[in-house]
This record gives sequence, structure tokens and C-alpha cells, in this order.
Amino acid sequence: MSSDTASNGILDRDYPSTLESVDTVEADVLKAAVDAGFGEDEQHGIGMAVRECMVNAVVHGNRYNKNKHVHVNVRKSANDFEVRIRDEGEGFDHSQVPDPLDESNVLRHSGRGLFLMGAFMDDVKVEKASPCGTEVTLSKKLA
Amino acid sequence: MSAKLNTREVGDVTVVDVSGRITLGEGSSAMRDTLRELVSAGKKKILLNLSEVTYIDSSGIGELVSGFTTVANAGGTLKLQGLTKRVKDLLQITKLYTVFDVHEDEAHAVRSFA
Repeated sequence: MSSDTASNGILDRDYPSTLESVDTVEADVLKAAVDAGFGEDEQHGIGMAVRECMVNAVVHGNRYNKNKHVHVNVRKSANDFEVRIRDEGEGFDHSQVPDPLDESNVLRHSGRGLFLMGAFMDDVKVEKASPCGTEVTLSKKLA
Repeated sequence: MSAKLNTREVGDVTVVDVSGRITLGEGSSAMRDTLRELVSAGKKKILLNLSEVTYIDSSGIGELVSGFTTVANAGGTLKLQGLTKRVKDLLQITKLYTVFDVHEDEAHAVRSFA
């Protein structure tokens, strides 16, 4: 695993494009959420949103490419707990992601990850990263 | 802990006791494999006991949906029992709670297949 110095915020690190990284990042961010003072339900929601975002980055973004990494940055301000997850994939137009709550999509096998991030976080931003990939910012307001 | 699945028969109903985490990887594939094996074996009445499931992600939800349709396409019925509050909440926000036939306890669920 290549890693950066945790110089900006709580966590600032590259993770390999593996399912093990999904578990690792979920655990790392959960620890940060506990330290930030979130209650049990909020911790669960943050963990789930991070997990869904990491799965998208590893599976759909980097496609398990061992030469690509997922960059994770966690920071806390006076009001917000923020997790940024950036892959090195080809990017995607999130406005084209089908609504999983639409009657015609409810029984689809996949396509709920982005929806669940929004359900458990206060704000979700999906942006094209430079020079490539997608950066998702998950924000939760601190009490 | 990844998911563990144990299968037992209660009358003509096959009960699958699931415990642990149903997430992308071993957990969701174990669920998929078990349900496919049961369908291949001709089982038509399948009850998933999820009371010991501690966590489920969108991949796990996907496997529940796939299992539901796989069993239905084979002429059978898949029902759920013993949802924890978090799993129940997840099925509700994804509008899947009303898709599944959900029961509080096993005896009630088994009787409902009759």
C-alpha cells in the first residue's frame, strides 16, 4: 500500500484497488467518526456510505487495477465531518445513474450505492477529478 | 465476520439461517450460491432467517433481490424473517420492504407458506 503523510486533516492516504481496502477504509473512517463524537446510528450511516463509495471506486472506477489507487481524505471542520474518496477510473456521468426507487428499477440487482450514500449523509458531491477519475465528497454535520 | 449460512428443514419449508455480514465478496456470494443450490434441488418454499445478520450493504440487498426473483422464476417463494431494525430500515428506504413477504417470527413465517 502506498500512503501519503497524514498532513491535511484526520486521514490522507492512498489505498490499493482491492476489496480488502473497502474493509480497511470503512474501519479507518469509522474510528474517525467515533473520535468526532458521532452516535451509534450516525456511525453506522457514515460507515455504510463510505463502504458504498469505496466499492464504487474499487470495482467500477479502478476496476481492481493493481496499478491504480483510491485516495481517501478525511477532515473535520467546526461544523462538518467530510470524507473525500477519489478513484483513477474513466469517470461517469452521475446524472445518468437510474433512480433505484423508480418502480421499473426496484428489482434491479445493483445501482443503489449512490442512493444509499445520499440517504445516510447530509451532502454528497460527485465531481470529475483531475487528471482522471471521480471524486466523491461525503459530508455529515457535526452535532 | 463474513456471512455464515446454515440450512434446515421445518416441514416442507427450507429455513436458511444467515448470520454475520452480507457484503460484496464472500458474504453475498455465499448467499447467492446457497439460494441457487436450493433452487437446483427443487426447493420451492424458502425462508431466510436474517435475525443474526449484523450488516448488509447494497451488494447484499442485490443478492436478496436476485434470490427473490430466482426462486420466483423457478415457481417457488422466498420469504424473510427476523429482520433487525437496521436491515428493516434499509429495505424500507430502498422500497423493497413491501416487495418481500416479511415475518417477525419463524413459526408464523412457516405457517404462511401453507
